[in-house]
Amino acid sequence: MLELKHLSFTVNEGKNTKHILSDINLSINDKKTVVITGPNGGGKSTLAKIIMGIEKPSSGEIFFHNKNITDWSITQRANYGISFAFQQPVRFKGIGVKELLSLAAGNELSTKGACEYLAEVGLCAADYVGRDVDTSLSGGEIKRIEIATILARKNTQLAIFDEPEAGIDLWSFQKLIQVFEKMHEMHHTILIISHQERILNIADEIILIANGQIQQVGKKDVIIPQLVSIAGSCNIYKGVKDQ
Amino acid sequence: MKQELNHSEQKLLKIISGLTSLPNGAYNIRFNGTALARSSSKNIIIAKKSDGKDGIDIHIRPGTKNETVYIPVIMDKSGHTELVYNDFYIGENSAVTIIAGCGIDNCGNQDSQHDGIHTFHIGKNSRVKYLEKHFGEGSGSGERIMNPTTIVNIAENGYMEMETTQIRGINSTKRITNARVAAKGTFIVKEKLLTHAAQYAETAFQVDLDGCDSSTNVISRAVAQDKSRQLFTAKIYGNNKCHGHSECDAIIMNNAHITAVPVIKANDPNATLVHEAAIGKIANEQLIKLMSLGLTEKEAENHIITGFLK
Repeated sequence: MLELKHLSFTVNEGKNTKHILSDINLSINDKKTVVITGPNGGGKSTLAKIIMGIEKPSSGEIFFHNKNITDWSITQRANYGISFAFQQPVRFKGIGVKELLSLAAGNELSTKGACEYLAEVGLCAADYVGRDVDTSLSGGEIKRIEIATILARKNTQLAIFDEPEAGIDLWSFQKLIQVFEKMHEMHHTILIISHQERILNIADEIILIANGQIQQVGKKDVIIPQLVSIAGSCNIYKGVKDQ
Repeated sequence: MKQELNHSEQKLLKIISGLTSLPNGAYNIRFNGTALARSSSKNIIIAKKSDGKDGIDIHIRPGTKNETVYIPVIMDKSGHTELVYNDFYIGENSAVTIIAGCGIDNCGNQDSQHDGIHTFHIGKNSRVKYLEKHFGEGSGSGERIMNPTTIVNIAENGYMEMETTQIRGINSTKRITNARVAAKGTFIVKEKLLTHAAQYAETAFQVDLDGCDSSTNVISRAVAQDKSRQLFTAKIYGNNKCHGHSECDAIIMNNAHITAVPVIKANDPNATLVHEAAIGKIANEQLIKLMSLGLTEKEAENHIITGFLK
């Protein structure tokens, strides 16, 4: 179980303190698919980064499988089973797709092994396995490779995806849903930040975050109709991003 | 050869040339200032210079295809210094690979220095791949110094690709490359350089694109660690309708210093010349990504550098 206790995150802007997250309390049970949604700037990505250790909370604690991981490094969390797919994947000069997947897997993958992960995210593996993870890849391609790195990680117990749908074309969307469904079947705990209704639909639980606070937590059957009903003022919940 | 070189000398030779035994074909293996082994082939003649200078002449007959010449240099005698001239005459319509390189193991307290001046005359329609790896090691206080000069003349429709690598171990280097390229000729450079500790490396390229439709691409990837210093200069002169591009991409770490001076000069209105130079730290996002895959920060850094210099 992942537990967040009284988690806050503030930044200083000149003389003012800006509250990005305020007193977040949350429990996410094992083997559940949980989607965090809410307006842009509401603190969702910051919360995901805090769980991975990329950002340090200003106050509060994080427990994972009953261990207090608040002060753990990114590496420690990764080795303890937390994986993170970035909203904007990083590009590397000179690191190949196969090498990156091998690093994720923790051992040297065969070409066939690497291709299997790529095929799962809808990439024609032969076209990509020899390429570098650099600027020659399109936004959609690198996004799918990013998701493949999460699949390659064998010790994942909690997988966090920050807006996995960004840059993914409609053709590949069903593949993405299948990835989450398969991970769910493999009893992973999945935490997805998303605005997409089709992703909200696979959630066991939906968390609405706005203005740095949890506004609502509930089953999708309860939350989605409410989100859609307020979509008139904010169209992000119909899968149309406002950026 | 195994009888002649001890274990560490053989290791040095392998690092710079890949050789573990004498190769087939033409070669000249230079060891502490003398030719340890030399052989010519039917098409490639290697002879000691006859003009009094130290070094060799390599004549490659026209039409020689898919042959490789090895001319590695290894030194492990502390205090040994040398100035060597190697001249290559590559006949027309040839396609050859030349593997050079220098390895210095200095366990003594005197400086060891190799200055090599390689001059290439590349005939019409010929293609040359030139690989040059520089490496140094040794526990002594004596410095390991290498100053390679490469002079290239490419005739019409000729092609040369030069891959030059220096990863650690050389205290001081001044690497000069001057090339002249005739019509439809091409000169490609891929330089990889890593300095650390208090090392100093200077590379200076000058390419004159003399002929119509000549081209060059000078690509340098460099990493400077610790207190090391690097100076990169690339001058491309477009003297005709031509295409020239230089790219210096450098990672700076710790307290290192890097200067990049790209110069492009168009002496003809039909010259197209582009330069790019970028110096920066390893991007934090790159470290975070690899750490999120379970690597420590140091492991992530090493992977990024190794990939960058691949």
